[in-house]
Amino acid sequence: MHMHRLEKVWLSIGVSMLAVFLLILGVMTFGQGMAPPNKHVNHIDPTKVSETAPFDQPQIKQIGDNEYEAVMVAYAFGYDPTPMEVPVGSKVNFKVTSSDVVHGFQIPKTNVNVMVTPGEISEVSHTFDKPGEYLIICNEYCGISHEMMKTTLVVK
Amino acid sequence: MNTTFDRKDGRLVLAHIFFAFGALLIGGIAGMLQGMVKGGTITLPANIGYYELLTAHGVLMALIFTTYFIIGFLYSGVSQSMGGSLLPLTKRLGWIGYILMSIGTLIGVVVILLGKASVLYTFYAPMKASPYFYIALALVVIGSWLSGFGIFYHYAKWRKSNKGKLSPLFGFMSVITMLLWQIATIGVALEVVVQLIPWSFGWVDTINVVLSRTLFWFFGHPLVYFWLLPAYMCWYVIIPKIIGGKIFSDSLARMSFILFLFFSIPVGLHHQLMEPGVNHFWKYLQVTLTFMVVIPSLMTAFSLFATFELNGRSKGAKGLFGWVKVLPWGDVRFFAPFMGMLIFIPAGAGGLINASNQMNAVVHNTLWVTGHFHLTVATSVALTFFGIIYWLIPVITGRVLTPRMNRLGIIQTLIWCIGMFIMSGSMHTVGLLGSPRRTAYNTYDDHPDAILWMPYHVAMAVGGIILFIGVLLIIYNLISMMRAPKGNTEYPIGEVAEEAAPTPRYMENWKLWITITVILILVAYTIPILDMLNNSTPGSPGYVTW
Repeated sequence: MHMHRLEKVWLSIGVSMLAVFLLILGVMTFGQGMAPPNKHVNHIDPTKVSETAPFDQPQIKQIGDNEYEAVMVAYAFGYDPTPMEVPVGSKVNFKVTSSDVVHGFQIPKTNVNVMVTPGEISEVSHTFDKPGEYLIICNEYCGISHEMMKTTLVVK
Repeated sequence: MNTTFDRKDGRLVLAHIFFAFGALLIGGIAGMLQGMVKGGTITLPANIGYYELLTAHGVLMALIFTTYFIIGFLYSGVSQSMGGSLLPLTKRLGWIGYILMSIGTLIGVVVILLGKASVLYTFYAPMKASPYFYIALALVVIGSWLSGFGIFYHYAKWRKSNKGKLSPLFGFMSVITMLLWQIATIGVALEVVVQLIPWSFGWVDTINVVLSRTLFWFFGHPLVYFWLLPAYMCWYVIIPKIIGGKIFSDSLARMSFILFLFFSIPVGLHHQLMEPGVNHFWKYLQVTLTFMVVIPSLMTAFSLFATFELNGRSKGAKGLFGWVKVLPWGDVRFFAPFMGMLIFIPAGAGGLINASNQMNAVVHNTLWVTGHFHLTVATSVALTFFGIIYWLIPVITGRVLTPRMNRLGIIQTLIWCIGMFIMSGSMHTVGLLGSPRRTAYNTYDDHPDAILWMPYHVAMAVGGIILFIGVLLIIYNLISMMRAPKGNTEYPIGEVAEEAAPTPRYMENWKLWITITVILILVAYTIPILDMLNNSTPGSPGYVTW
């Protein structure tokens, strides 16, 4: 197929930029461990969340120096446990599942943003370096009071 | 080329266009009210909910307005460029498709208004709508398939009776667009027929949620290219004629459409980057395939601006940018689609951000995404479609575009751009600040982060009201054009520039293109879908949470 010389130049620049861009994404994903949520970390029967450990006791607990694990259940329309509190500088590993429909799990002002799908367990971690009351909200439409679905994490 | 448009074909085309704009009007009312609720400026009467409005707005705009307009537009161009009239079977398929889609739409609207299907236009399981909502969707899809078959049949017959000739560019592009649609809708058809309908009737107890989402997005992403390709057809084939120029290259245009067919389907996982249940290798692979559409997009940008520049220079324009001045800025048939093209530059750049694997975490399910597709489909595509009616209606009805209508068209385009700048601009900004999409008014107990979002939500409502004025004006324009003075308007189909190299024969090797498309889909989806079928995650029962 015939192509104009300028078009070849234009496409070469575009395609090279694309290659660099994808390479960076790939290195970040596979080399630096900055991947989006992965395959089945764990399964759970979505109808038996309240009887299945550890989700039978949603809680936030210390698991190391400055490290916490938050085991959470998202449901229409809220999260358990609520509210939560950790000291400044803590790393929190969130483990979230849903006991009904699909929910979101977003903490504005951070990069924490995962889907919570029934039957799957979503895992995401974040280190809270600044004090404040962090909002945790559902960002996937889940029913009539979706906009009410929230909890908070207080960082002191 | 015919100077008058076939009257019977015209009726079919008009039926589609009017249904599309009817959906635009109702969807526009829903959209404006929704924006005002979100902005906290009004509360709805007790029995209308925000999410019913949102469902109606999404379904009517994204699915009904677009699909009807596209089928009407493609049928008009197929009739015009391949024989001057539609074959009897094509016309029959077109009408049967129209009736099925319309029955589906009406059932769907009733079920939504009854509050039995407030599941939005993505209808994510395990929220369980009335089975009739899913049946309505199935009817719309089946109807659109029949219309697609009509186009394939017409094209095949044309080629048989014009052996050795290159098919008209418009016809070729119509076939690619409908082919993309047929393949993409297989995903959602499987989801609806195999998973949702039996589950919704209670014949099976549970549903595989991750699989249903994956089948939805197998369709959901190519859907956006199904909207975009007809706009590109206007840009490639119609605009050169309107500005008095020539198509830069027939083969480049065809190649870019073939690349869109390849790279628009095996990419749906980039809508599921933030969910567990899919290995990140497959997510990354589909992200890579997603970005391949950059190539035909760059080709398109080059071709269009080459057309503009060559045309300008042939009219004596001097200097690096002298050709810009000689473009027909006062002609709405050019101006509206051109604004669409221009806005596609930031719109496309936003799309690259959304699909960027990790960067998606910043914007996923925030209003940024809503802002993004209000630039792509609701501006680039919608303005192009609006621009089309200013010549299509006169062509079909044997009338002329009056200077007054042209002026109103320019005003409508400007209103749309201003409204969208305000609305989409605030959506993008507040999305970066974390405000979630698809969420009714709430200040989260006056949390300072959420309070910060409120002025942007108000700006969105203001933009929405301006856009609604734009909807009213385009409806007025459409109706006025039906009463314009009689006269002869030519269907503006561009011709290829003499300097352009001839189109190679392999461009119409459909077996090859379909095989490559299928292979790419199999590579991208086989293992992730097998994983979903084989994993031991128990299914979900249905919930009605509205």
